[in-house]
Amino acid sequence: MITELLSTTVLIGILASGIRLATPYLYAAIGETFGQKSGVLNLGVEGQMLLGCFAAFYVALTTGNLWLGLLAAMIVGAAMGLAMAFVTVNLRAQQGISGIGFYLFGLGMSDLLFQRLMGTVETVKGFQRIYIPGLSDIPGIGEIFFNQNILVYGAYLLVPLAWFVLNKTTLGLKIRAVGENPDAADSLGVSVARVRYFTIILGGTLSGIAGASLSIALLNVFQQNMTSGLGFIAVALVYFGAWKPVGVLGGALLFSMVNSLQLWIQVLGIPVPSDIAVMMPYVLTILVLVATVSRVRAPSALTKPFERDD
Amino acid sequence: MDGAMTESTKLPSGQTRINSLEMRGITKRFPGVLASDHVNFDVKSGEVHALLGENGAGKSTLMKILYGLYHPDEGEILLDGKPVTISSPTDSIDLGIGMIHQHFMLVPTLTVAENVALGLPSSRGVLTDLDRVSKRIIELADIYGLKIDPDAYVWQLSVGQQQRVEIIKALYRGAALLILDEPTAVLTPQEVDELFVIMNQMVKDGHALIFISHKLHEVVEISHRVTVLRDGRTIGTRLTSETTKQDLANWMVGREVGFAPNRGQSTLGEVRLSLNEVHCGSDRGTPGLRGVSFDVCSGEILGIAGVSGNGQRELAESITGLRKVTSGRVFLEGQDITNLAPGEITDRMLSYIPEERMRDGMIKDFTIAENMILREHHKQPYSKNGFLNLRGIANHADELIESFRVKTPSRETLAKNLSGGNIQKVVLAREISRNPRVILAAQPTRGLDIGATEYVRQQLIEQRNKGTAVMLVSEDLDEILALSDRIAVVYEGQIMDIVPRENATPEKLGLLMAGVHPEEGAPVVQ
Repeated sequence: MITELLSTTVLIGILASGIRLATPYLYAAIGETFGQKSGVLNLGVEGQMLLGCFAAFYVALTTGNLWLGLLAAMIVGAAMGLAMAFVTVNLRAQQGISGIGFYLFGLGMSDLLFQRLMGTVETVKGFQRIYIPGLSDIPGIGEIFFNQNILVYGAYLLVPLAWFVLNKTTLGLKIRAVGENPDAADSLGVSVARVRYFTIILGGTLSGIAGASLSIALLNVFQQNMTSGLGFIAVALVYFGAWKPVGVLGGALLFSMVNSLQLWIQVLGIPVPSDIAVMMPYVLTILVLVATVSRVRAPSALTKPFERDD
Repeated sequence: MDGAMTESTKLPSGQTRINSLEMRGITKRFPGVLASDHVNFDVKSGEVHALLGENGAGKSTLMKILYGLYHPDEGEILLDGKPVTISSPTDSIDLGIGMIHQHFMLVPTLTVAENVALGLPSSRGVLTDLDRVSKRIIELADIYGLKIDPDAYVWQLSVGQQQRVEIIKALYRGAALLILDEPTAVLTPQEVDELFVIMNQMVKDGHALIFISHKLHEVVEISHRVTVLRDGRTIGTRLTSETTKQDLANWMVGREVGFAPNRGQSTLGEVRLSLNEVHCGSDRGTPGLRGVSFDVCSGEILGIAGVSGNGQRELAESITGLRKVTSGRVFLEGQDITNLAPGEITDRMLSYIPEERMRDGMIKDFTIAENMILREHHKQPYSKNGFLNLRGIANHADELIESFRVKTPSRETLAKNLSGGNIQKVVLAREISRNPRVILAAQPTRGLDIGATEYVRQQLIEQRNKGTAVMLVSEDLDEILALSDRIAVVYEGQIMDIVPRENATPEKLGLLMAGVHPEEGAPVVQ
């Protein structure tokens, strides 16, 4: 049985789908990183993803255009982000609680729309794998890394891009300052509200793409609650990755590889109870968070509403 | 000075001077408070103008108006004779005004250069230009004698160095006029000296500096002119060289201030608090107290003198039940209270004024009325059968606010919105109004302004004269000498000696505080 897992074909298969499955984690967790860096904890990622998931699928299904579907997911995600920003920045709501509210809204709304507009589970032909001459033909490596669809590539490009924006631009400097000491940023004329609006809406947009990557690039269906906790794991990944894009990448890969492994265990019929296999990534989340807790300090102003006073 | 001004209107940083800035008839109202009442203030190039006043006199309000954080309800600001509108910090920075806040406005996780660059447009558009910022920081540091490493993270810097970063930040933004809001409050004496050297240099170069403080000797040392504010009004402006500390103190408080309190009469009574060979640990696991014994009697103040960290905190905590006594006994009116729960000790009428009044003395997010019943909330008339009696609580609060002259908009105001002196008055009111048998006061005047300090000291003396046993822990030798009937000097967890007031001199106590017995002349070796 174990020997089956160790065959080259299966190993390549595990790694390739591991690379692919990291996609939604990456979009969602990088988006969440921006929010948390600026001091906002968005627990509504899961809800944003679900609505993005549905919007992408429904628009792609009805128009036949995957790009329109993706755009719809981004718009829906951004709109959710805008609402979240208003609630946390202007109304200074408790971020943990309002995030749960947004999650429940996304969960219920996506299901309602699904029931009303579709009713039955359908499938679309999602984004196809892109063949890169030369690279895709490398034995093993080509199959694992260079035989993926556009959204997978996009997710990996996002990691260095996010690092660059956070560390090399004036915008990134403002984001980091606002998350650590908003009073200092404010005293230098940086608008704390504008920075936070930007990061929350960006986070929402990326969560929307994360949802779309499930429904029109990886699984190509829409079902009720199909993200099944993935958005919450993305939030945990930000802690795991110590608020660094490359750390988030490491965490996303760890979880997607474990996920891939458990899928292959089921596919190959290895007699591990499927419930246990499905549990693996989640158990890992808890273990890893316990192990890494307090290793790195969170942004000081995380979850704290900003109010100018003295 | 005038000659220099005609030579050049430029500062060494390349900025144009601000020759004069004038605030005229500034009025600012907050709900229930008139924070500034037609205040006049001006400052010129080449001078340090001190703004002196008690906590809550309106110094910070005035400066926040100048810096654009608050908007005045009335009045005008003239810069080099021309009226200007300052509606945000951005406006004031553009006009050449910089502010060094009392609580530093720095991001600890960023480098010095990043802190300086924050919020400024970059020469490379959306990309940061930290290398150029660093170069300019080094230039400015050279000109003004502010040694600083642009690549160091702020969390790595000492408080004095962080203050230099704040000054560089202002200079980088072209500050010609600098507001320093209580800049010495967080500094060691040596760092204060260094700051004054920098300030003198800046003034010589043509900067205008506003120095906010309530420490008289600093004002006298550094400033050219001084303006005193009281209750939101300008009391007057003088040349510093034409005033004395006593004048300024009287002006600031609005009446004759006695630096030495009037002690009155007291009769020594029975022993109320008694420690017998008390030992306990410290937070670091090392011995905190090593066999401390003394008595405090009714009608006396026993002062505990010592250099910070010689067991004062452990002493207060072992008496109040907050720290475990490992051996030895503590007696309150003859009853053994060693290692009883803090609540039980409290109920035997020991009152405690803790050193960290904001952390241990009250609950910041509770109202004044609630804070005033923290110790007695479970007793009548504040509660009955587990239900709070709101009327009883309110009456109690109103009485105390009046008799202890707490300055507050109402009894429902949150404690965190009061000034340090008023917070201490609330603590004092709560602890004294229950008519305790023993009062333990730890650093009761630290950080308070002159008026509040005087008030707190007078209250302690009145308690002594009423027959309460008072134990005063203080690192301020002047305070110890002014209040105590007997003085116990603590050194490395032991009592070096207990000296009657008549025999105590600063020199003698200083030696004891350093672990030297004056008679023997040799350090005590443990």
